[in-house]
Amino acid sequence: MERYVELDQVGMRFDTSKGSFTALQDVKLAIARQEFVSLIGHSGCGKSTVLNIIAGLLLPTDGIAIAHGREIAGPGPDRAVVFQNHSLLPWLTCYGNVHLAVERVFGKSESKAKLAERTEQALAMVGLSHARDKHPNEISGGMKQRVGIARALVMEPKVLLLDEPFGALDALTRANLQDELIRIVARTGSTVVMVTHDVDEAVLLSDRIVMMSNGPAATIGEILDVNLPRPRDRLALASDPAYHACRAQVLGFLYQKYGQRAVA
Amino acid sequence: MTAVKSIAGAAAAAEARPLRRNRVWPAPFEAIRRPVGTLLRVAVPPLLGILLFLLLWVLLAQGSGGSLPGPAATWLSARELFADPFYRNGPNDQGIGWNVLMSLGRVGVGFGLAAVVGIPLGFLIGRFDFLARMSAPVISLLRPVSPLAWLPIGLLVFKAADPASIWVIFISSVWPMILNTAAGVRAVPQDYLNVARVLRLSEWKVFTVILLPAVLPSMLIGVRLAIGVAWLVIVAAEMLTGGVGLGFWVWDEWNNLNVEHILIAIFVVGIVGLLLEQLLVWLAKKASFGQEV
Repeated sequence: MERYVELDQVGMRFDTSKGSFTALQDVKLAIARQEFVSLIGHSGCGKSTVLNIIAGLLLPTDGIAIAHGREIAGPGPDRAVVFQNHSLLPWLTCYGNVHLAVERVFGKSESKAKLAERTEQALAMVGLSHARDKHPNEISGGMKQRVGIARALVMEPKVLLLDEPFGALDALTRANLQDELIRIVARTGSTVVMVTHDVDEAVLLSDRIVMMSNGPAATIGEILDVNLPRPRDRLALASDPAYHACRAQVLGFLYQKYGQRAVA
Repeated sequence: MTAVKSIAGAAAAAEARPLRRNRVWPAPFEAIRRPVGTLLRVAVPPLLGILLFLLLWVLLAQGSGGSLPGPAATWLSARELFADPFYRNGPNDQGIGWNVLMSLGRVGVGFGLAAVVGIPLGFLIGRFDFLARMSAPVISLLRPVSPLAWLPIGLLVFKAADPASIWVIFISSVWPMILNTAAGVRAVPQDYLNVARVLRLSEWKVFTVILLPAVLPSMLIGVRLAIGVAWLVIVAAEMLTGGVGLGFWVWDEWNNLNVEHILIAIFVVGIVGLLLEQLLVWLAKKASFGQEV
C-alpha cells in the first residue's frame, strides 16, 4: 500500500499547570492516496489532535508524522482543513473567502482571470454561485460550511482534512452535505481524513474507519475496512446487511469496549 | 374535498372570532391602530422626559429669584446668539461658531495624534506578550491620572496655551485607544489565525486581511471612549488656558455674569458630544460585519 500520509509512533504531550498531560500515545497509521479515512471516538479521545498533527497545526512530541514523503513541519495549503465551525472571515464575501485561498496558492503562476474562474468554479461546485456576494452572517450554517469546503478544495490539496465538518448542522442539511461531499470526492479523487462522532456518517463516507480508545493517552483501538461498493446511496444502504454489519462493529467498539464514558 | 372545506370553514370561523379579547374598533381605526401604537411607544417617553426636564428647569429658575434664567430667556438669548455665529470683534469676542470650531479643532488634532500613536502601540502590545508585560505597570499608573494634571507639564514643555491643551487631549484619549486595540488583538479568534497558518499567508496579508478587520470593532470602541473623554476634557482645559474655544467662552461669560450664555454653552457641548458619539456608533456598526460590538 502506498503511504501517502503516515504517522509512526506518534505521541502528543501537553504541558499544563498540573504537569505534563499525555493526550496521544503510539498512534500508528498509514493512509493511501485517494483513500477516505474517518477518525471516530468519544469526545476527548484526541481525534482532533491527530487531525491537527496531520494539518501541521500541532507538532507531535513523540514519533514522526510524514506527508507525501516529507516530515510535517507546519501547516500548508497542500493539506487543506475544513474547520468545525467553518472559520470564514466575516468581513469577506463568500467569493472573497474562497478567493483568498486561490490567490495564495495560484496567485504567482496564473492570470487574474484564471484565478477568478477558479473561485467561481469552486463556488459552483458547492452550489453557491448565487451567494457569491453575500457575507457569512447573511447565509445559513450549511451554506457557510459549503463555503468552507469550497475554500479547502479550491487549493487542490493533496489531502483534505475535515474536522467534524457537519457537527453543528441539523440532520437534513447534514445528509445533503454528506451526499455532496461523496460526489465531490468521487470527482476530484481527493485523499480525505475526517474526524467525526457520527457512526452513520463514518460508514457512509469512509473506506476505513479508525476507532480511537478513550483518553488520556488515547491511541488507535481498531481499524475497520468498509467494503461497501461505490457510489454509495444512503437509501439503498439502509437495507444493506453489510452496511449494518459495519455499523454494528463501530457501535460495538464505541459502546461495549469503550462505553464506560457518557457519549457527548 | 369535504375535509378541505371543513378546514376552511373552521378557519373562517376562527377569523370571525377575535383571538384576543381586545376591544373591537371600527374598521378605519383598526387600520391606524398599529402605527399609532408604535408612535406612542417610541415618541412619547422621550418627549415626556424633555417636558419634565423643562418643567424642573422653570421651577428652579423661579425658585432662584431671577439669578438662574428659565428656558424662555435662554431660548431668546440663543436665537440672538445663533443669528450671527461667525462674527469677530477682536481676539476675546468671537461668535459661538468660531468657539465651537476652535474647540473641535483642538480635539481633532490631539485626538488624531493619540490615534496615530495609540493604535499602533495597541497592536504591538496585543501581539507581543513581552511588550504587554513591559508596559502594564506604566499604563496602570498613568491612566487613572486626571487629564488636567498634565496641563502644567504641557505648558512647561510647549510654552504656549494651544499646544498645551492639545497635549492634554492627547494624553487623555491615548489610553482607551491603546487598551482597547490591544484587547481586540488578543481576542482575535484562533480559528482565523489557523486559517492564515494553513494558507501560509504572509505577515502583511495576515495583518491586512485578518488582524485589522478583526480588531476594528474593538478599536472603534476605544476611539469612541477616547472621543468622549477628549470632548469632556477640552472644556476644562480651555477654561484654564484661554484663547478662543467653548471652555474659554464659558469662563468669559461667567466673568460677564451672562448666565444664559453659560446655559447655552452647556447645551452646545452636550449636543456636539452627542453627535460625535453617534458618528462613531455608526462607524462601528459599519465595521462590525455582523459581529457583536
